[in-house]
Amino acid sequence: MTKPSFVYVTYIATTPEKVWRALVDTDMMRQYWADPTDDDPAHENVSDWKPGSQWEHRRVDDTRMVDIVGKVVESIPPRRLVITWARPKDAGDDLKHSRVIFDIESHGDGLIRLTVTHKDLEHDPKMLEGISNGWPKVLSNLKTLLETGRALPRSPSAT
Amino acid sequence: MKVLRLRGRVQRDTTGERRSSFSADVDKVFKALADPGRRRLLDLLHRENGQTLTALCEHMDMTRQAVTQHLQQLEEANLVAIVWQGREKLHYLNPVPLHEIHARWIEKFERNRLDVLRNLKKKLEDDDDDKA
Repeated sequence: MTKPSFVYVTYIATTPEKVWRALVDTDMMRQYWADPTDDDPAHENVSDWKPGSQWEHRRVDDTRMVDIVGKVVESIPPRRLVITWARPKDAGDDLKHSRVIFDIESHGDGLIRLTVTHKDLEHDPKMLEGISNGWPKVLSNLKTLLETGRALPRSPSAT
Repeated sequence: MKVLRLRGRVQRDTTGERRSSFSADVDKVFKALADPGRRRLLDLLHRENGQTLTALCEHMDMTRQAVTQHLQQLEEANLVAIVWQGREKLHYLNPVPLHEIHARWIEKFERNRLDVLRNLKKKLEDDDDDKA
């Protein structure tokens, strides 16, 4: 068993069910799966979220370009979601898939603890760098969205 | 554990900081960062993520017990996340709270200029090191 490449934790004042919805509902996803200070388009993750199904990380713009693909490995609402993660050109090569695990636990006091673990990235330094920039943004946006009902505003120059 | 459970309770402080767990969290983050030993531990994890206490102690000029206490404080500030792998306790740098601080005060249009300043400072200071 290799050790995880990255582990990200955030505490959110919300319910496990709302976090789960945010992970699988494209309308919510496109609100937080974006860098509000960046010109890059938001993304949404599209799947039926059943074990064995495919999922796609797709741009929310005219191109609808798919940047990441993978398979759903485990799907236990509202507690645990496990997916694989690869570039579209590596979709058929399981050895090039890394793995992302979302764990949602109640923490008391109306808080949940969301842990995102990304494993098996060691072979891919470029992806490693990209995701280590990406996850903290996505998770802090998600926290803001669930606690305040809105994601961080995009700066005027970005819209 | 009491301290942990209080973390992030929804509140609004006297300065009107936004309701949510931000205010209580941010106090802990700045307190945790206000110590050179704890910053060194974060640097070590930034260089190599997922280390054991024993591995971290090799690079720290203090007792194992002191390192344990510093790690505990970093964990309570949510700057370090723990993963158990068998009997090994691995420590991971968790930058999510730092990103919340970053997102609060740094705007997109400032980022490039800040990068320029940081690079300039680094270059000038490296030059000084060469001379010394």
